[in-house]
Amino acid sequence: MSQGPSSPLTAARLVIARDLLLAFRRPEQLLQPLAFFVMVTTLFPLSVSPELAQLRAIAPGVLWVAALLAALLALDFLFRDDAQDGTLEQYALSGQSLTWLLLGKTAAHWLLTGVPLSLMAPLMGYTLGVPASAGAGIMLTVALGSLALSFIGSIGAALTLGVRRGGVLLSILILPLAVPILIFGSRATQLAIGGEPYTAPMELLGAIVVLSFTLAPLAAAAAVRISLE
Amino acid sequence: MTWTWFHRLGSPPYVYRLAGRLTPWFGWVAAVLLLGALYDGLVIAPPDYQQGDGFRIIYVHVPAASLSLMIYTSMAVAAAVGLIWRIKVAHAAAASCAPIGASFTVVALITGSLWGKPMWGTYWVWDPRLTSELLLLFLYLGYMGLRSSFDDLQRADRASAVLAIVGVVNVPIVKYSVVWWNSLHQGSSLSLTGKDTIATPMLVPLLVSILGFTLFFAAILLMRLRAEVLRRERAASWVREALSS
Amino acid sequence: MTHFLHMGGYAAFVWPSYGVMLLAVVLNIIWARSVLARSRTEARRRAAIQGDSE
Repeated sequence: MSQGPSSPLTAARLVIARDLLLAFRRPEQLLQPLAFFVMVTTLFPLSVSPELAQLRAIAPGVLWVAALLAALLALDFLFRDDAQDGTLEQYALSGQSLTWLLLGKTAAHWLLTGVPLSLMAPLMGYTLGVPASAGAGIMLTVALGSLALSFIGSIGAALTLGVRRGGVLLSILILPLAVPILIFGSRATQLAIGGEPYTAPMELLGAIVVLSFTLAPLAAAAAVRISLE
Repeated sequence: MTWTWFHRLGSPPYVYRLAGRLTPWFGWVAAVLLLGALYDGLVIAPPDYQQGDGFRIIYVHVPAASLSLMIYTSMAVAAAVGLIWRIKVAHAAAASCAPIGASFTVVALITGSLWGKPMWGTYWVWDPRLTSELLLLFLYLGYMGLRSSFDDLQRADRASAVLAIVGVVNVPIVKYSVVWWNSLHQGSSLSLTGKDTIATPMLVPLLVSILGFTLFFAAILLMRLRAEVLRRERAASWVREALSS
Repeated sequence: MTHFLHMGGYAAFVWPSYGVMLLAVVLNIIWARSVLARSRTEARRRAAIQGDSE
């Protein structure tokens, strides 16, 4: 491996490339959150009502709750493999900024989970009676919201690293912090479905994204160092 | 001069003894203030023009809500101090705050709900202030849950400190939600800078009540702090001396 | 007196509110005292063990 100082940005890009490569060697893991999303979404027509009109009314909420749960499930995998095989420790000891490395990992995580979810969401929206014209809006809102979720979730994932059966605790910790994303995201989706302009909640969502991807890796890095002690 | 005082606060035996001496003071003064505020608020203060005697819930609801925020902030500050300067006593203080803060949050939510029913017609509404106060409760519970999931006390201290600090963003959201959004919950009646919009004979028991509950919190905090300090001191000889007194 | 208890018709809301606060105050006191007592017992036990091993 080549040595020598490289910029944190390069390091982050290398981490993204590595994580993407590793993920594509085991595509089944990528499909799990997606399958979960599809299944949770289908629970609602089965348990609430098959009436498209009724489903359309609850569609934003259903899509977002399902996406949130799928993202929480996927967050479990964010650091687990690397923590177990010692890679995370190597990152912490490498002398590179752990913050940037984790930013890279989390960005890769979003590319692997959030983006597929946002591509799947309009499809599931269609099954819930949402007109196809709203597809682009749904994709955009879920993409942005899942990005914020990945970053905020990375803090929880880092905090629960050393904990047995930390998955449930992770969800409990993340939920209060994820609520604003849920609120603005589903509001944006609702407006998009109604054909109305959804710039206002999108801007707020965008602000949350900017805040979370600048600050969350810092907190996650601190939490990872604590877990590795 | 001030720095020696600050350093002494980092010393567990000093804190243990000081806390022990201060607790009864805070406790009894709190009791006097609260009984006074109780009588004033329930008996002396005149009924409200619109809400009649129902407004008297204010004397338990507002202090509970204020304290739920103040305690979380204190917890986050103590956690940050403990994390940055690696002071065990600060971590002990943060840990001690959480159960007290959580209990006040529950009281704020229940009393708020009981006040909402006659005034707004509903026990609950998903408006920004109530929702963010509920989230505050989840943050407290998450903090306590995270702490208890670690066997190693030091790791529990430091991990929960990160969580407390990250969660402090919710405190301004609760406080300013009535300013930023159209909320069913009424706006601020108290202001540090501008004029208060509440009548003075009704304001006095409220302020005394808030002060009383703050001192009550201090007394309970000091008790719990002593317990936490003892937990963290494994092999220290001062413990034997302090306990035999 | 009954007027006081009646609270202008709001009794069903005012008194439970005060009751909840009173409960919280009492439980906080009891819980904190028991936590302190338990940690003192624990610490005394630990100190005794160390005293024996010295």
